[in-house]
Amino acid sequence: MGIPVSYYLVLSAIMFVIGILGVLLRRNALVTFMSLEMMFNAANLIFVTFAAYYRVLTGQIFVFFVMTVAAAEVAVGLALMVAIFRTKHSIDLDQMSSLKG
Amino acid sequence: MMIDVGRMMLEILPEIGLLILIGVVLVLDLFWRKSRKKLGWVSFAGLLLIFVLTLVFVQPARLPQLTWGGMISLDMTGYIFRMIFIAGAALTVLYAIANDSLAGRGEFYLLLLTSTLGMCFMASAADLIMLFLAIETTTVPLFVLAGFLTRDQKSVESGIKYLLFAAMTSAVMLYGFTWLYGFSGTTQLYQIAERLKYGFVPQAAVVAAMMLVLVGFGFKISAVPFHFWAPDVYDGAPYPVAGFLSTASKAAGFAVLARALFVIFPLQTETWTLIVALLSTASMFVGNLLALAQKNIKRLLAYSSIAQAGYILIGVAADSPLGTSGVIYYLSAYLLTNLAAFGIVALVGRAVGSDEISAYAGLSRRSPALALAMLVVMLSLGGIPPFAGFIGKLLVFAAAIERGLIWLAILGVINTIVALFYYLTVLKVIYLYRSEEEDKPLAVSSAAGTALVICIVGIIALGVVIAPLYGWSTDAAATLLFLPR
Repeated sequence: MGIPVSYYLVLSAIMFVIGILGVLLRRNALVTFMSLEMMFNAANLIFVTFAAYYRVLTGQIFVFFVMTVAAAEVAVGLALMVAIFRTKHSIDLDQMSSLKG
Repeated sequence: MMIDVGRMMLEILPEIGLLILIGVVLVLDLFWRKSRKKLGWVSFAGLLLIFVLTLVFVQPARLPQLTWGGMISLDMTGYIFRMIFIAGAALTVLYAIANDSLAGRGEFYLLLLTSTLGMCFMASAADLIMLFLAIETTTVPLFVLAGFLTRDQKSVESGIKYLLFAAMTSAVMLYGFTWLYGFSGTTQLYQIAERLKYGFVPQAAVVAAMMLVLVGFGFKISAVPFHFWAPDVYDGAPYPVAGFLSTASKAAGFAVLARALFVIFPLQTETWTLIVALLSTASMFVGNLLALAQKNIKRLLAYSSIAQAGYILIGVAADSPLGTSGVIYYLSAYLLTNLAAFGIVALVGRAVGSDEISAYAGLSRRSPALALAMLVVMLSLGGIPPFAGFIGKLLVFAAAIERGLIWLAILGVINTIVALFYYLTVLKVIYLYRSEEEDKPLAVSSAAGTALVICIVGIIALGVVIAPLYGWSTDAAATLLFLPR
């Protein structure tokens, strides 16, 4: 393997941090979802890296499941966003304040 | 090696039963266009049947075993938690039948059953892949259930808030899983533990992975500081869903929390007992102090459920058989109590049209039976004998003292006293305040009535007849600490 494992881990850590900052700081629901995807993919990258490193397949199989689950989550999220958009004409998370918190 | 398919099927009988029930509900939903309300009764009957079949046929051996290629651990813990989830789902179905905006919707039962299926797998998962899939199978239907009333803006908002918190915490948890996989090269929980024991992984890295994983579990049990979603989601979600979220979903979180901590991190016990004790203290104080200020009963119950998670965490922090059996006992008692609470809140909320605590004035005259039920529920939540909540608190506090965590037990007792104040305030409004509408009786439908009677009888039974459930939970606690063959 030409590239050392640590490079992948650092890249994944950077992706994860960008993702988490995006979720916490951006107020547009669509951007938040994209940031969530970034966090999931950071995890996927580590799985694939270690699957190659240990030469076992479980990590790669895990990635398939994670991708499926992330897609399901986004599908539900988009449906809920459409429902909100119908009444509010906005998907800004700061405007979702009919509940107090 | 011969694989005995029949035996393997029997081992996951409750899950297979739930899957068949899901299929039946889905198909009947297509054909019973005019009488979908019956679907609720079909789901209830199916869950009851699965409960009985599980009780009789799936009793595990005394020593835990791995099955399905190491994906599932067959032990008392999985057994007892499955029963808790199925019972919770059955009661929730009854409340949904009593709710006009949910009863005629086949997909509601479908999603509820799917979520229950995920919980059953959560309780017995012994592999990171299985664990992740089970957690997501539980959570994704719950997003839809929380946002189920699409015309109600509060409901949709609570759905999307729940989704954002859940997705973020589960991404963090997944990142923790990748570290564990990286340390050990396997996803099987027991093998990870083996390899962490003999590997050369720095302690600090293992503890960091544990913290990441704890974020995901902390969210599920709504412990402080991962509790922000709870009040909003309980407030906006339909009543039966709020009840289900606060009980069965929380119990599932505790099942995986206990298994992960005991199985993967036995060497880091000192660190995680401290972390769990701190989470517990924070949950108790934040939950109880914020509950004191609430005027809305659903938000009061939400903060109360955060505080209850704090008490249950005392049992986990004790890291002993007594503590774990206390956790299981507490969760069973709490399931019945909080489902009854949300059932009563739903009935009153529909009749009065408000969830404010002040709307409960004169309830003792409008419906003495409901007021009495609320009395039992609030006293059980407050931990007053002879109700189930008392035994749960007694066990977790005793476990803390047994393990020398006396400061934690004392903080728990102080919080119990603080909590009694707001529970009794609700009772004061019900019994002592008068309202102008108190001559109008309050209708209780047969489904909601049945569920309430089951809950109340259960609360009193668990508070008086301790031995059977205590015996079971002691067995479960013992198996959780053994390595399966």
